[in-house]
Amino acid sequence: MQTFKVVKPGLFTTIQDLGRPGYQRFGLPTAGPMDSYSLRMANLLAGNDLNAAALEMAFAGATLEVMRQTVVALTGASMQAALNGANMPAWQGVRVREGDRLELGSAVEGVYSYLAVAGGIDVPPVFGSRSTDVLASIGGIEGRPLKSGDIVETYAPEDLPDEIMLKQDFISSFPPKTLARVIMGPQDKRFTAAGLDTFLNSIYKVTVNVNRIGYKLEGPQIEHLEGADIITEGQTPGAIQVPRDGRPIILLADRGSVGGYTKIAVVISADIRKVAQSGPGKEISFQAVDLETARRAYREEEAIFMLNRRLLFEP
Amino acid sequence: MDKTDLTPTYLPSGDRAVLVQFAPKIDAAINRYIHSLCSKIDDNPFKGLIEYQPSYSCLIVHYDPMLLTYNEVTAYLEKIISITGSDEELSSSVVEIPVCYGGDHGPDLPFVAAHLGRSEEDVVACHTGENCLVCFLGFTPGFPLSQAPEKLAGVPRLETPRTKVPAGSVGVVGNQTGVYPISSPGGWRLIGRTPLKLYDPGRDEPFLVKPGDYIRFKAISAEEYAAISAG
Repeated sequence: MQTFKVVKPGLFTTIQDLGRPGYQRFGLPTAGPMDSYSLRMANLLAGNDLNAAALEMAFAGATLEVMRQTVVALTGASMQAALNGANMPAWQGVRVREGDRLELGSAVEGVYSYLAVAGGIDVPPVFGSRSTDVLASIGGIEGRPLKSGDIVETYAPEDLPDEIMLKQDFISSFPPKTLARVIMGPQDKRFTAAGLDTFLNSIYKVTVNVNRIGYKLEGPQIEHLEGADIITEGQTPGAIQVPRDGRPIILLADRGSVGGYTKIAVVISADIRKVAQSGPGKEISFQAVDLETARRAYREEEAIFMLNRRLLFEP
Repeated sequence: MDKTDLTPTYLPSGDRAVLVQFAPKIDAAINRYIHSLCSKIDDNPFKGLIEYQPSYSCLIVHYDPMLLTYNEVTAYLEKIISITGSDEELSSSVVEIPVCYGGDHGPDLPFVAAHLGRSEEDVVACHTGENCLVCFLGFTPGFPLSQAPEKLAGVPRLETPRTKVPAGSVGVVGNQTGVYPISSPGGWRLIGRTPLKLYDPGRDEPFLVKPGDYIRFKAISAEEYAAISAG
């Protein structure tokens, strides 16, 4: 069903579901959302499976013309959203009607916004996912970001959800300073004690070199023991690679499946989105934690979705 | 290969992947062993396994932390390693890849020949003379990082990588050879080009070669190249 006409595409708007696991050994990144919490929350509010495809908008959002009545939910970065010129609330279901105009501006806080639609976006899955991967030219609409004139189709929802509202506790904010918890390694042994100390006790600033592949940081130089190169190996989401210049790069959704630089640590799953929502100029520092702490944080996040499904939808 | 080359070290790679590291070198025997492990994992999958990713000398196993702990995954991998011999037969295919060498298709063939002190014909004969193990796929979708014939080893990377290498270009660097599946930047020395698509998402088999396969390059003429390209 035709649901939106793209009037203005925004800076970099792609269709994303929870990503494309299973193909890293063929050289494909996992793609998927930069902020999976916000995508899942948008889907929950729109009455969808958490893995349904939605719009991910970076830095500056899209302008859309609504082609039929449905319910949408906007989460993630706050982008001065307007519905027919009036302020549109985020983190809740909003009913929209044919002819409505949905307009998103620049991100005031955070980087990535998500707009989910009841039923989920209807594009053919490629290798099991609807996520756009612009390098491999797959997923989304023709494997590319949206452009003006695109029609976004959605599946027919079983029935339209109410305009439910999320409790304040579950609404994310994106502060200018982020503490990212990390699991040290796999190549932490390739750094000097001073280098490790620098990494864990400095404040890094996000540069303008940020995209879905990764974020380059600036700050004190992290000292290697002997060189920054390793034999090429796979790299996981959140991996912090430190090339020769000693400044970290945090690898995110569209990272290459393999790489040849030392990785000092990996951001824990629950904190990857905090990094992704920290745009240029924002500060990031790192704290080493153990696997049990990471696992607990992961489980807590999963539990939030189970809890909210009950809170919001069960009588 | 040293016996200790196959002694595994387990490391966390974040909170949902285990890195199994063998001796850190580019060595066909170590890499073949990793492919043997992958096929053992295929035969003995576990609940919570998301995917695995081989590279030259290590294997990354991605798991679901809701279902498993790091220690459970390493215990599983220890078991897999204990039942995998160092000399297992790989059930790999040999994939023939036709290549038009030299000229516009392989602009660096003269450099490679001069660097190795061989004639261009000799370089082609070496490149087509043996099966090349596909150590892993990476960089771009379907890019096979493969073991180059020994006689071609030692070719340096381009000092300034090309910003656009045409899809199908066949390159060599160090002791590696490979094919660029899509147009991308690249620093390898290009010696030829294949009309085959290594990656085609619309095809039943989107990836022409798999990790652990062998590539056998075969020289074709510019006419044959054009004929295959035209389909």
